Amino acid sequence: MKLSELHKGDRAMIKKIESSEDLKVRLASFGVVRGSELSVEACSMGKQTMEIMVDDTLIGLRAEEAKEIEVEKL
Amino acid sequence: MDTIKIVLAGQPNVGKSMLINAMSGSNGLKVGNFSGVTVEKTELCFEHHCHLFEMVDLPGTYSIRGFSQEEKVAHNYLLNEEYDVIINVLDSTHLKRNLLLTLELLKLNKKMVLALNMADEAKKEGIEIDVKQIAKIIGVPVVLVSANTKEGVEELLEKVHEVADSHERIKSNILYGDTMEEEVLEIETFLIQKGFSLRDLSNREIALRLLFEDKDLYKELHDEPIMMELQPLVFKALQHLYTHHDTKNVQEIKANEYHAIARGIHLETVRCQRNKGKKSLTKRIDEVLINKYLGIPIFLFLMWGLFQLTFTLGAIPMDWIDGAIGAFGDWVGSNISNDFIRNVIVDGIIAGVGAVLLFLPNIIILYIGIALLETTGYMSRVAFLLDGFFHKFGLHGKSFIPLVTGFGCSVPAYMAARTLKSEKDRLITLFIIGFMSCGARLPIYVLFTGAFFGAEQAGNILFIIYISGAMLGLVMAKILRVVVFKGEDEPFVMEMPKYRFPSFTLIWHTVYNNAKSYVKKAGTFILAASVLVWVLATYPNQPLLEQEYQTKIEQSSKEDVKVLENELKMKKLEQSYLGQIGKASEPFFAPLGFDWKMTVALETGLAAKEVVVSTLGVLYSIGDEVDENSNALARELKKNISFASAMAFIVFVMIYLPCLAASMVFAKEAGGYKYLVYLFVFTTVTAWVFSFITYRILV
Ligand SMILES: Nc1nc2c(ncn2[C@@H]2O[C@H](COP(=O)(O)OP(=O)(O)OP(=O)(O)O)[C@@H](O)[C@H]2O)c(=O)[nH]1
Ligand SMILES: [Mg+2]
Repeated sequence: MKLSELHKGDRAMIKKIESSEDLKVRLASFGVVRGSELSVEACSMGKQTMEIMVDDTLIGLRAEEAKEIEVEKL
Repeated sequence: MDTIKIVLAGQPNVGKSMLINAMSGSNGLKVGNFSGVTVEKTELCFEHHCHLFEMVDLPGTYSIRGFSQEEKVAHNYLLNEEYDVIINVLDSTHLKRNLLLTLELLKLNKKMVLALNMADEAKKEGIEIDVKQIAKIIGVPVVLVSANTKEGVEELLEKVHEVADSHERIKSNILYGDTMEEEVLEIETFLIQKGFSLRDLSNREIALRLLFEDKDLYKELHDEPIMMELQPLVFKALQHLYTHHDTKNVQEIKANEYHAIARGIHLETVRCQRNKGKKSLTKRIDEVLINKYLGIPIFLFLMWGLFQLTFTLGAIPMDWIDGAIGAFGDWVGSNISNDFIRNVIVDGIIAGVGAVLLFLPNIIILYIGIALLETTGYMSRVAFLLDGFFHKFGLHGKSFIPLVTGFGCSVPAYMAARTLKSEKDRLITLFIIGFMSCGARLPIYVLFTGAFFGAEQAGNILFIIYISGAMLGLVMAKILRVVVFKGEDEPFVMEMPKYRFPSFTLIWHTVYNNAKSYVKKAGTFILAASVLVWVLATYPNQPLLEQEYQTKIEQSSKEDVKVLENELKMKKLEQSYLGQIGKASEPFFAPLGFDWKMTVALETGLAAKEVVVSTLGVLYSIGDEVDENSNALARELKKNISFASAMAFIVFVMIYLPCLAASMVFAKEAGGYKYLVYLFVFTTVTAWVFSFITYRILV
């Protein structure tokens, strides 16, 4: 499923990232790579943005970006 | 004295700037709790053990392949400039992620020291780090420091000395994944067999770079005969790597390998004692502050509170300052006998500078608010909350940071826009920063709201002014987006820093520096401008007019004298140079209900917004009897200006061109003076139209 389909409190493992090259590099430096675990910490109104935690790092991202990340719910 | 040039590199928000402050014992560099505080390289010198330490603070960069403009600054500096030592600053509580950049920095082959910063936080979180083991693996000295408590700072300085003096090369024991190591070994062996060497690179290094498709190395090797035989070897090796990593993208393979290494080092050297179940403080605060429903109302409430405080709390010391300035004016007035000098000082300098100084308390409160926003970590949260909203207006959530900075001063705000990666997002943000009223406009608002609304209402009106300015900015952003800067949306991903309790010293220094520069400006620039305004408002001499009134006064009764004297003053003012300038441009502003004095004040405001107030101060104190203090100015304004004109004036001030200094920075950041012309036209037209509407509705 897609990261954007998760809800607050869910945990998941990243399967695949289909973002553009630049964004992949940026995500990678946050620790968002294939195989890392994440949890959803918060969603803003209408789920336009969500806050996830990977490896103790909190990251804010937009729903559009979250759609490009394939995850497996844990 | 020997000089050691040291450059600090690291990911954003790891405490590079604060570490330099701690090392040098100064407070010169700006520190804040979000990514992208430092956007330009900044240098700072100090002495240590008879050496001159030249420290270069770079913007933080997540990876060496720059992403946004300020990251490129770091990238270019590290690659192309001369320096002696790199201090790679890492956040001890996020070591794994920070090590990724360290691995890239190692490739630069420079002398390096690792500073594991935030030791105090790591201790609190129960993180233990085996520093010796990291040093052994990476092959460079490692020091555990805290820029906050200053522990380890002295040791870091010593290590920098040592490293700068030594001539050893880095010998790291970093191991890649098994497959990678096998392929590297094969190529390395081949290079050794051929007896090949290139510059000072080791064969292992060459092999690694070949596999990671280092463009520069390929260029260098292009004409070497060995390339013929190398090619099939590399080709085969890459095929193996592709299957192993399940991708043909070399960058991705590299990223995977680096992650594996960082994970390995982390596993080997870091112990975490924290019980996993407990929620961290940051998470608990986030539950409230970025709550789906409460988040935005809380933010608006905080903003409202700030402006309320700005007005009500600021009013208390304002009365004292007002009294002091008034008394000082009277005292000076009664002690100087020379008419000319007395008038320059009392009507020019004291009226002008005093009017500006009066608002120092308001400015200080505003800056405390902004400093709190910047240092607690709330800034990134608001960007997160507002991104959805901003996005609808064609703006990026990150634009919030430069926009908020703009409430303080537009100059750093324009520079802060560099953190936006997309050129279009950046330009739109640059164009609307001016809609966020800067601190220097605050005195004008306080003066006018104070004069035209009761004390209970003024705080709310202030809030409305700022919010409607911001809203207007958003609408303008949308228009610009649709009409001028069409194009792709930029992704929004940003790190949310931990909440940190800002230290008193940190807030103090930020606010103190800003307050100091405000006072300094009042004492220099504003003073000069006030004198100039006074001179222009007093000359040329008009002997004919004076004679005419002199005779009238002699012939009239006692009561009429006062009226006639005032009439003379007004006539003289109207016919002065400034009066002529004002009259010439009055037709342009007449539809907005501005008289020539307001017109002149607006025009002088192009130099600096504080000058609007000082000009009004001078103009109304020349035109009027005694009492040079500014509560009197507020009263004068109320007497001479209609409510509708006053509101139209506020609207005009809200929108029109920022000060000269800011305009120059805008031109530089936007990429040319032609943009400044656009900005001038854009803001003037908008200001005129909105102010016209306001006036027509209210009149
Ligand atoms: N507790 C603690 N906080 C620290 C320490 N060093 C820095 N900080 C905090 O970390 C935040 C970031 O500090 P900066 O010096 O602005 O970070 P920077 O690396 O220069 O950031 P950029 O300029 O954005 O790249 C600030 O809120 C500091 O107060 C430390 O040793 N201990
Ligand atoms: Mg910095």
